[in-house]
Amino acid sequence: MRIQVDRDRCRGAGQCALNAPELFDQSEEDGTVVVLDDQPPPALHERARLAAALCPNTVIGLLETPRT
Amino acid sequence: MSATSHALSSPKPLPTRRSCLFDPPGEFRLLREEEPVSRLVFPDGKVGWLLTRHQDVRALLADDRFSSDRLRASTPVRNFPIRRDDPAMRAGSLISMDPPEHTHYRRMLTRYFTVRRMRELAPRIEQIVSEHLDAMERSGPPANLVPAFARPIPSLVICELLGVPYEDRAMFQRCTSTLLRLDADEDAILAARDEMWQYMLELVVTKRQHPDGALLANLIQDVPDTALSDESLAGIGLLLLAAGHETTANMLALGTFALLRHPDQLHALGENAELVDSAVEELLRYLTIVQFGTVRVAREDVYIAGQHVRAGETVVASLAAANRDPAQFTEPDELDLARPASQHVAFGHGIHQCLGQQLARVEMKIAYPALFRRFPALDLAVPPGQVPMRHDMFIYGVHRLPVTW
Repeated sequence: MRIQVDRDRCRGAGQCALNAPELFDQSEEDGTVVVLDDQPPPALHERARLAAALCPNTVIGLLETPRT
Repeated sequence: MSATSHALSSPKPLPTRRSCLFDPPGEFRLLREEEPVSRLVFPDGKVGWLLTRHQDVRALLADDRFSSDRLRASTPVRNFPIRRDDPAMRAGSLISMDPPEHTHYRRMLTRYFTVRRMRELAPRIEQIVSEHLDAMERSGPPANLVPAFARPIPSLVICELLGVPYEDRAMFQRCTSTLLRLDADEDAILAARDEMWQYMLELVVTKRQHPDGALLANLIQDVPDTALSDESLAGIGLLLLAAGHETTANMLALGTFALLRHPDQLHALGENAELVDSAVEELLRYLTIVQFGTVRVAREDVYIAGQHVRAGETVVASLAAANRDPAQFTEPDELDLARPASQHVAFGHGIHQCLGQQLARVEMKIAYPALFRRFPALDLAVPPGQVPMRHDMFIYGVHRLPVTW
């Protein structure tokens, strides 16, 4: 899995930092999303999906790597 | 009947009559099933639209073809007096702004309300909660939980965060309450607005001269390049003060009432402290205190689920109906504190999703468990039917909550 974010769309609601703090933080400058780990380990995939689903501005894109 | 562009019923006013304490008006269920995009008649006589399905509400609130400009919208439950030439009606009020102006203000403010910053407030919030519980314990039962606990905690927190003197709370609590009352007359509303506006303007001038390290003073210092006018700062202050007061206060009191009426759920929360995160989200969903929803105005002609919404028409998104949509939530009318994280819209959705939501979460996550830990035998001091509900306010809740322990 690879995480991509569109910071232009982000308004800093904080759903990602709340629900997946291992993967997301918020900028000190304007509160927008900061990705801490853009290739999360499988154990954190569910959290990444939750963060993406709860984002009010669909900022978070997940590229799911097909299983080999 | 299916939701197609023909066969619309005649426009009706927004359903507001509840038959159960915690459930939204029953008409919403029927509308959601039979006419999810229905014609709505507003108190100003104009006709617009009401959305009751979760998917439609979310889509509307994320759609930039709709404006949040409150001065162009009809209000669903009462006429709101507007003075178009009055800068105080608009300045700094980011809730009514559209991009790019909204983006500018939101970016400027969000850093003060991040998850991390709000968590840093936890020790102070715990202290405030504890002091109010001490005072309740000293006075002994019974108590009215609203003035003893639910109102002062968020009030004190937002005052400290903004740098608003807490001693002045009687004035702005009275004014906020007038602004949110459905039956307030127009003169009373405008007078309350003017009083708060004047207060905030004077406060901003004070902050320019004597910065105190709180949010309003920091806004003046941190963003010199944007050079916020006194009017914009007063508007921001007014919005944050009002929003910080009424919302969490009502969630604390109404949430406590709901927990007392669901003893098995309350017991589970007491047994498992980790349940508090999902419990708070579930209470937000189940109670949806922004009971009349939120409005948008179409900037252009738009089709919503097959219905033709014309440019200039107001659309009401019923957050309460969306949060009880069985297509999104299993057994939506059940309070289930263990419900898995869901896309509830209690804080709205899209670019305007609540700026203070992380503060509200921290306050609730501290306050509910602390209250029930301190008073494990907490109970209503009157029959549930005698608790005066806030049917008559924009924000739902209880006017009083007599409790004993």
